[in-house]
Amino acid sequence: MAHITYIEAISQGLWEEMERDSSVFLLGEDIGLFGGAFKVTKGFLQHFGEDRVIDTVLAETAILGAATGAAVVGMRPVAEMQFADFVTTGFSQLVNNSASIHYRWHLPCPMVVRLPSGAGIHGGPFHSRNPEAWFFHQPGLKIVAPATPYDAKGLIKAAIRDSNPVVYLEHKRLYRHIKGEVPDTEYIVEIGKGDIKRSGNDVSIITYGSMVHMALEAADVVQNEYGISVEVIDLRSLMPLDTELIFQSVRKTGKVLIAHEDNITGGIGGEIAALISDQCFQYLDAPVKRIGAIDTPTPYCPTLEEFFLPNTKKVIAALQELAAF
Amino acid sequence: MQQNVKVNLTKEQYLHLYYFMLLTRAFEEAILKLYRQGKIVGGAYTGNGNEATAVGSAFALETKDYLFPMHRDMGAHLVKGQSLRHLMLQHLGRGNSLSKGRDGTGHYADPSLKIYGNISHLGAMIPMAAGVALASKLRKEKAVVMTYIGDGGSNVGDVHESLAMASVMKLPLILIIENNQFAYSTPVAKQKAMEKYSDRAAGYGIPGVTIDGTDIELVYKTCKTAVERARASEGPTLIESVTMRMHGHSAHDGAEYVPKTLLVEWKKKDPVQRIEKLLQDKKILTSTIKEEYEKKVFLELEDAVQFAIDSPYPPAEDAAIGVYAV
Repeated sequence: MAHITYIEAISQGLWEEMERDSSVFLLGEDIGLFGGAFKVTKGFLQHFGEDRVIDTVLAETAILGAATGAAVVGMRPVAEMQFADFVTTGFSQLVNNSASIHYRWHLPCPMVVRLPSGAGIHGGPFHSRNPEAWFFHQPGLKIVAPATPYDAKGLIKAAIRDSNPVVYLEHKRLYRHIKGEVPDTEYIVEIGKGDIKRSGNDVSIITYGSMVHMALEAADVVQNEYGISVEVIDLRSLMPLDTELIFQSVRKTGKVLIAHEDNITGGIGGEIAALISDQCFQYLDAPVKRIGAIDTPTPYCPTLEEFFLPNTKKVIAALQELAAF
Repeated sequence: MQQNVKVNLTKEQYLHLYYFMLLTRAFEEAILKLYRQGKIVGGAYTGNGNEATAVGSAFALETKDYLFPMHRDMGAHLVKGQSLRHLMLQHLGRGNSLSKGRDGTGHYADPSLKIYGNISHLGAMIPMAAGVALASKLRKEKAVVMTYIGDGGSNVGDVHESLAMASVMKLPLILIIENNQFAYSTPVAKQKAMEKYSDRAAGYGIPGVTIDGTDIELVYKTCKTAVERARASEGPTLIESVTMRMHGHSAHDGAEYVPKTLLVEWKKKDPVQRIEKLLQDKKILTSTIKEEYEKKVFLELEDAVQFAIDSPYPPAEDAAIGVYAV
């Protein structure tokens, strides 16, 4: 087992898949010579050459459209958006072309779009997006959002091998802050499978991405201080959702907190709450609660951003409220 | 741009072109008829006036080359090998159509013929076409990609981004801007401030040329030059093909906004009549051959229409399957 950072895990996964399959190639802005804005692809150009690590023009529509075209004729492109925010500029290609190709054309479209996402790094309104809900609403895309190095590596490998367009959300704040164990041997994490990151009996937290770590911290605190036993479900995949795992946990605890860093209104949490209400109504002992960012653009300065974002304290407060219900 | 390719077509090739011109015209007339009969439930588009551009351009391609046609390019589908039956099934939304009823018109893909149809968002296919050109380059296929856009659609950002990428990477991509004078109801003077669409090529450092899109020999020769250039890894070419949209934007559109004088002028350059005259002048087309071809086209269309009408819609529950590849 190697103890590596989240960003190293993504790089390793990409590297291994490129070694394994010559149809995999990378394209994006500044990813070759410069190694990427966050250095995910540092050293790739030197090893794999400029036909497989392609520095493109600054044009997100062209990048995403070119990835889609190459995928349709049998290659496996991995496109990097420098920041998840900038995927908006190429949005049409993803939602109109990539997402509907299999339904309309009956052809696979095996491509990955890497989106360095998330707030909490003082990126301000345009370097902090959590864009998952936009894509969640578009049939035909898969979405994954790993929280740990193990899942980050296993999911990038699974995403590259998938026959569908996969939106891969990599949280920028986790890049170098989170380290974890990764096996030395080959493995993948199946898309569509969540993971119980902590087992508990009183309250379930359904979460993903950066919030997994806050959920685990909060679970420790409420266990130690108030004797509340919390189960933490890390969705890992947002599309498809592991609904069976969610429902199992809800049936066990009867109380649910859905936590995501994305803002609340129209976020994925609303859909999960609706599914729980539909499928687990008789098991619920409290209203389903949600926690997320407030409904504003992401503010820049530390005081505003802290107020904007969910955090461990806010999760603890929500857990106490649910436990007391 | 140097037009250094000579048109050395054989008699058979000229007749081949003539056949596809007739077939395109007849196919689109059949489509309009089916639309009026209520048998085509959605939109119906024709390329009347654009046939020489569609047929002549696709004729410059080889089997291994890729075609990304637009909605005025039915002739290109046919030249690239698509069957009338498949095209008719598509228009009628049948379950055995290439899109299995999920979309109509030319909105399908047929990888066996390397045809990748358009979506309704104008310009949206050109980034994908550039991606296929990139794949061709990376895999050293020596296959080129030919794609199209209208005078209005050429303003969409996707077109610019694709040319920016394709020119830098020297991708084997040919873009034909079909300037047919109207983008739906908007005249071309309200779409551009420069003289010619081909002027835009200079901004990408690629060759650009403006041609009479009703002259099939010129279309073929220009496209052949661009194809050879792309195949030799010299990069993309921008071709402005000037034509006239003789019908409305789609079958529902009477196009009252088009000045009648314009239609009268362009009718003199009708592409089907032009090729007929060309072949008559070359003593290739006799009245016997003309009759024979017209009959052949009539019978083929009759078969395709009947086959499509007799084919069922897909079962309703099919709507729910196939969003994801397994």
